[in-house]
Amino acid sequence: MNTLTKAWSWLTTSAHWYGDDGIWTRLGQHLYLTVVCLLISCLIALPVALVLGHLGKGGALAVNISNVGRAVPTFAVLVLLLLTPVGRFGEGPTIVALVLFAVPPLLTNAYVGMREVDQDVVRAARGMGMTGRQLLFQVEVPLALPLILTGVRVAAVQLVATATIAALAGGGGLGRIITAGFNLASTAQVVAGAVLVAVFALIVEGLFELAQRLAPDWVRDGNTG
Amino acid sequence: MTAPPDDCLARNEWICGAYLSSRRHILWEAVLQHLQLTVIAVLIGLALALPLALAARRWRWAAGPVLGVTTVLYTVPSLAMFSLLLPVYGLSAALVVAGLVLYSLTLLVRNILAGLRAVPEETRQAARGMGYGPVRLLVAVELPLALPAAMAGLRIATVSAVSLVTIGAIVGYGGLGNLIYSGMNTYFKAQVLTASVLCVVIAVAADLLLLLMQRLLTPWTRRQS
Repeated sequence: MNTLTKAWSWLTTSAHWYGDDGIWTRLGQHLYLTVVCLLISCLIALPVALVLGHLGKGGALAVNISNVGRAVPTFAVLVLLLLTPVGRFGEGPTIVALVLFAVPPLLTNAYVGMREVDQDVVRAARGMGMTGRQLLFQVEVPLALPLILTGVRVAAVQLVATATIAALAGGGGLGRIITAGFNLASTAQVVAGAVLVAVFALIVEGLFELAQRLAPDWVRDGNTG
Repeated sequence: MTAPPDDCLARNEWICGAYLSSRRHILWEAVLQHLQLTVIAVLIGLALALPLALAARRWRWAAGPVLGVTTVLYTVPSLAMFSLLLPVYGLSAALVVAGLVLYSLTLLVRNILAGLRAVPEETRQAARGMGYGPVRLLVAVELPLALPAAMAGLRIATVSAVSLVTIGAIVGYGGLGNLIYSGMNTYFKAQVLTASVLCVVIAVAADLLLLLMQRLLTPWTRRQS
């Protein structure tokens, strides 16, 4: 029997799906981590990016700082937090590390989207007597929406992928199936866990793709490159 | 009887000079392994990405699959990627390198392709008119003009690779990640912080080095600014 068939039979064993360390529990934890971290990152990154983009100031600095953030390994942040007092709060370190990881793509995309809004349109809106608030919510944000949503999509998929790392530090989620597989020296379980995470990430990517296709024209009409 | 040592190692402090001096060779070995894994992976990635990008540009039918497959590869979580390759490479450095190569492909192929596509048609025609054959056109005109975009991709790929190497700790080939991993299990603060900081230093240094290289390789872009 090769590894793939062994992995398949691991996946199709119903005992592996139920219980405290079963696939369903791990999937729930993974989903919870991803959704919570995505929400927190959006709440942090989007207002900052929208305001900076609207004012046209300080954004380059924010984008540069968040790009430097890319150089910091999420795993290192996670372990560092684990050893600080934050480490006592269950999933706390994982959530903080993942939020730090998800903020840069959100911030960069939203800021770039805001800056790429046609300045003629902005001037026209201002000429029509729109206030700053009206300009922001009725002109700039709708026009920047495609790029903002691309940022959310990138962040969501990367979060699903990276939440796996929580398992290295003893956290929950699908990564636990992989690390448990390593500890049991069971290549079949490792591969089965990896397939589960990869499929989950692809499903999230697919859902965003679907949502984008079904959305009205003006939301869709952005460049996704 | 000697008194128990009362230094920063015994007190388990975050910043500890005694750690740096007593574990110098361990740190040095980890840094070397980190650099080796990163450099080898990025070089192999580059060697694979260039022909793929050229093929995607040359043949329209090749562009879709090449971009599609590399994007899907990028979506696979790092921990899962290493695990999926486990049956092929076993617990080895080659496993980590292979994983990193697959990750760098998306960024490299996309950027090289974007750079090549941005070469103005007039430039190409002018070179052909001057009697440049296809190979000389590619090497002497198109690749140099695509360099800024390609280097941008290379910088992101390299910085991400430096950060991803740490996950290789799961199979024992994680460079500084090994120190972070073992430091986590033994609650060794100085080791975790030192290794994390070194990771960031390596990433930033690599980024600056590539930026410098880009400026030296493309002197014509500086005259405009």
